[in-house]
Amino acid sequence: MAVTLSQDGRFHRQLIFINGLLPMVLMGFDAWRGKLGVNPAEFVTRATGVMTLVFLVLTLLVTPLRKLLGWNWLLKQRRLLGLFAFFYCCGHLLTYLAFDRDWQLGTVFEDVVKRRFIAVGMFSFALMVPLAVTSTNAMIKKLGGARWAQLHRLTYYITIGGVLHYYMIVKSDATYPLWFAAVVVVLLGYRVVVSLRKARERVAVGVER
Amino acid sequence: MNPISKIPSSEITPEETFLNRRFFMKTAIWAGSAVATGGMYRAFSPRSDVKSTGSEIATVVDSTFQSSLGADEKVNSFGEIAGYNNYYEFSTDKSAVAAKAKDFVTDPWSVEVGGLVGKPRVFGLEDLLKMESEERVYRFRCVEGWSMVIPWVGFPLAKLLSLVEPRSEATHVAFETYYDLKQMPDAGSAGIDLPYVEGLRMDEAMHPLTLLATGLYGKTLPNQNGAPIRLVVPWKYGFKSIKSVVKITLTNREPPTTWSLANPGEYGFYSNVNPKVDHPRWSQAKERRIGEAGSRETLMFNGYEAQVAHLYAGMNFEEDF
Repeated sequence: MAVTLSQDGRFHRQLIFINGLLPMVLMGFDAWRGKLGVNPAEFVTRATGVMTLVFLVLTLLVTPLRKLLGWNWLLKQRRLLGLFAFFYCCGHLLTYLAFDRDWQLGTVFEDVVKRRFIAVGMFSFALMVPLAVTSTNAMIKKLGGARWAQLHRLTYYITIGGVLHYYMIVKSDATYPLWFAAVVVVLLGYRVVVSLRKARERVAVGVER
Repeated sequence: MNPISKIPSSEITPEETFLNRRFFMKTAIWAGSAVATGGMYRAFSPRSDVKSTGSEIATVVDSTFQSSLGADEKVNSFGEIAGYNNYYEFSTDKSAVAAKAKDFVTDPWSVEVGGLVGKPRVFGLEDLLKMESEERVYRFRCVEGWSMVIPWVGFPLAKLLSLVEPRSEATHVAFETYYDLKQMPDAGSAGIDLPYVEGLRMDEAMHPLTLLATGLYGKTLPNQNGAPIRLVVPWKYGFKSIKSVVKITLTNREPPTTWSLANPGEYGFYSNVNPKVDHPRWSQAKERRIGEAGSRETLMFNGYEAQVAHLYAGMNFEEDF
């Protein structure tokens, strides 16, 4: 008997996988036919950075969509969304090393010290690494679900850092970083409201007793 | 009793139909999501090539100007020069300016030259295009760290200023860009105060390298490059080279300039190209020459040190950046 579409985890995974790779494939295709614009280095740097933020936001969207719309099937796919964020962030880091640092890896440290927006970006990337490393089933088992979940709440700080990093590099027109910021405020605000409400309920129960 | 078994068998979808419908839905979702993802990528990726719409400038004479370009420095293509522009009144996306500035009206046009001058005068576009002009191939270095080599057509600013007879007390020249919310879609949300204003010291303005450009590649300027007339100061960061000038005023004090108003810690009045003084958010030691794979060393005064260094003798470039 066939499963319903909303239970078809394999289909969801394939869908996310292909759509997640598609921007990368299109960028590769554009690079091959020399259509990355007048300044390809700038475009690829920006595009990989924005894709990182898009996938971070998508991972943060999973919980509200589950709770509000009952889309529980999304939970299974969150790991893949997070790994895509890490994938594009690695690409973003590579563009920085190649185009901004000219592969002079020895200059990265001084650059992090010198430029605050680079420090904020690097900090967020560093926080992503343990999350990517602990994304396997074996690691979830090893850490235990509660501790694993706690560790992966670092995503909040990674996303805030990522948006801040974007805001800090913009010269004057902050429209896009502010859009990201607004979405992140809503998604994190949702969690704050939920946890406050839970705390209040706990107190209320305590009082009744 | 299980509620599902209450459904009459006639209403149960045959498995074959169910699977067909499933296949159809999956295909639709695949197609829809791929089109959405791809479309989003396309919407944010650089536009295709721009076309030249300029007309020939008839008054170009052979230039005696000696280009100081190195043997390995190539002139950038028209598509590169006209397809990648910082012109915040139209868009903050450099590859989108050309399309957004397409219908900008630059004729009729007039430039009002006044202030501390003997003979204030309003120059019509036709007066400006009648001025004897020449081709000048200059390096152009943006403060963002990219650069190009551009074959401008124009005449020295000094020539225009001499026509209005500057008074001796004039120490600076202020410039202003055309400003019109109706014609400039991004002018309200550019994040900088507009109209765009710039300024030079009198000796900088009178320097023979300082150009009023009316053209590019032998034809009148594309709108996105600052049509119909713009300033070009090749030894300063690109934002000093103000576009679509409508007003030139001689004064006796340092005029305000848009980017140093927006962020005084990052952009100074002089903004001379200097590889040793970094912008707070990026190094100025190197630059990405558009069209080249690697990066190159940025030259002091953008390679015009021999011609302009004497203007700044004794100046502390860390303070007067």
